[in-house]
Amino acid sequence: MIPLSWYVLFSAALFCIGLYGALARRNALAILMAIELMLNAVNINLVAFWRYITPDIIVGQAFALVVFAVAASEAAVGLALIISIYRRRHTVAAEEIDMLKW
Amino acid sequence: MLSLLQIAFLVAAFLTIVSAIMVVSTPSMVHAALWLILTLAGVAVFFVLLNAGFLAVVQIAVYIDAIAIMIIIVVMLTQEATRQRIRQVSKTWWGAAIAALILFAGLIALFTQTPALAVDAPTLAMSQEALLEDLGTALVDVNRYIIPFEVASVLLLAALIGSIMVAWPLVRGKDEEVDA
Amino acid sequence: MIDVLKDPIAWIGDLLRTWLIGFGLLPEFVTFLLQLLTALILATAVLLLTFLLIWGERKVIARIQDRLGPNRVGPFGVFQTVADLLKLVTKELITPTGADLVPYNLAPLITVMSVVGLWAVLPLAPTVLPADINVGVLYIISIGAIGTLGILLAGLSSNNKYALLGAFRTVALMVSYSVPMVLALLVPVLLSGSMGMQTIVEAQRPIPFVLLAPVAAIIFFISSLAEVGRAPFDLLEADSEIVAGYNIEYSGLKFGMFFVAEFLHAFTISALTATLFLGGWSGPWVDLYPILGMLYFSIKTSIVYFVVIWIRGSFPRIRIDQMNSLNWKFITPVALFGLVFTAIAEKLAIQLGLGRLITHLGANALLIVLTLVALGLYARAARTKFESAAEAG
Repeated sequence: MIPLSWYVLFSAALFCIGLYGALARRNALAILMAIELMLNAVNINLVAFWRYITPDIIVGQAFALVVFAVAASEAAVGLALIISIYRRRHTVAAEEIDMLKW
Repeated sequence: MLSLLQIAFLVAAFLTIVSAIMVVSTPSMVHAALWLILTLAGVAVFFVLLNAGFLAVVQIAVYIDAIAIMIIIVVMLTQEATRQRIRQVSKTWWGAAIAALILFAGLIALFTQTPALAVDAPTLAMSQEALLEDLGTALVDVNRYIIPFEVASVLLLAALIGSIMVAWPLVRGKDEEVDA
Repeated sequence: MIDVLKDPIAWIGDLLRTWLIGFGLLPEFVTFLLQLLTALILATAVLLLTFLLIWGERKVIARIQDRLGPNRVGPFGVFQTVADLLKLVTKELITPTGADLVPYNLAPLITVMSVVGLWAVLPLAPTVLPADINVGVLYIISIGAIGTLGILLAGLSSNNKYALLGAFRTVALMVSYSVPMVLALLVPVLLSGSMGMQTIVEAQRPIPFVLLAPVAAIIFFISSLAEVGRAPFDLLEADSEIVAGYNIEYSGLKFGMFFVAEFLHAFTISALTATLFLGGWSGPWVDLYPILGMLYFSIKTSIVYFVVIWIRGSFPRIRIDQMNSLNWKFITPVALFGLVFTAIAEKLAIQLGLGRLITHLGANALLIVLTLVALGLYARAARTKFESAAEAG
């Protein structure tokens, strides 16, 4: 059978890749995608711990569903912000959006 | 000797990790979005392996059908800025790489000191149908997770209204474009 | 031992299984092989069915337009599609300059995959269900929406302004119409208490859901027509406006795949409507001879498919602003209210011991009356506004 450590290791790797993407990419869209990767890594952890440690109470799956809702709202608002900034500034590079007001 | 399930896990893990690396490294945004879809599908495979079939289908419905398509639409809308071959990583990308590697090494060091992680999966007491039903009732049960469920729905409503407000078309004369 | 006459497919499956295990293969591996074989047969059968569908559609459309339709190749022109296919195969596969190669070649595959994938959960007979998963309805929603991705990629990667316009329209159409579609799909789920397709069909044995929830059935039908992009919602490939939309740069077999996906998708939504609202395989003597279910299922599907063709032959294409306001101002609110009304009616029927059919029909009648009243008020307000604007000049 598959031990729990495999899942935890895999999700740690996915999370670190997402972290690298969020820190290193310039494009705001790419940063958003990297954040989605990190949220997915968290979800795998939640479900894996539910399956291996507490299979009787369904808390892991319920929490994962809440994370889905958070990811969906985050993507919607984030993409709306990107579109709005692109309309006004014609850029999607995160480091060029450094004025707090314009 | 690896069992069939273990082979399935390793193949899915390899594909998912490779496509996740492609998401953060490919210069074209359209290709990054495509690799993201492959990563998300790979994560759905893990949900199936973990006996959470419902979450696997929700993963496809929410992530691939909604979020990935939205991302591709925004890539389409911002094509002018993304199509030209500009530098895609910031100057201090090596710092980010070191930070990610240190975090990964730290996590592995932590895992090796946790013997509880070597456990095998206990057999599930409930059938798949019963699990699904339990999840459904748990989300609306007053004594269980109704508060997070309601908060999530309020959050979704706020995101709906907020994203419409933010992405509302510019009004000429009211808020002029600054550097046009 | 299963009787051959009662259930030939399970009989063949058992025969194959014993035969393969006799070779000394592992039982799990044999199960895997049989599942692979089922998927292969199903996909091939469904794709071969398209030949017949295209011929049938051309014949019916021809009759509606007072023509004869294809009648040269084979009896009644049945093999016309084969001739067309041969022509398509011999065409050159052109890749436009500046196209994004990977998405460009991936798009037709994704589109066909999403349509064929839908057939995996459709129960064809009481004993014939390719994959029995307990979240069948959710699976249909998620796999069906992947088709949007294929069209989006085709438009984005073709390096053509018309294709891009077609892709934008696709987004507007498919993403917005999946809202009422999901809301309407929740009604059979609510009435049967399950998301498994087989359970939904079982729950329709006494009364099909089209009688319990006619409004939801109509809304599901309309919004899935839009999801497929069939007339009158075919503005993502409106040839008079944007030449051919997303598939403008595709030639040969790649275009053929989009073509096949579109026709097959129209048939698939007919099958879905038949399964979810018309009772699927249920009919007389179906318990005695399960294979009869396939016959009932195909008859019901064909009737719905005929309606789809009929609509295509009768209605003009709607404009994009009409399309959007029809969805957001009319279909989505009605679908939302329909869901609430059905839930209340179901509870009332249980609590007060009323007849289920009467309660649901009453709720739907109330919903229709309220919709008509709201439409009347809206039309009056719009007319007043228009007249006052005309007076003001």
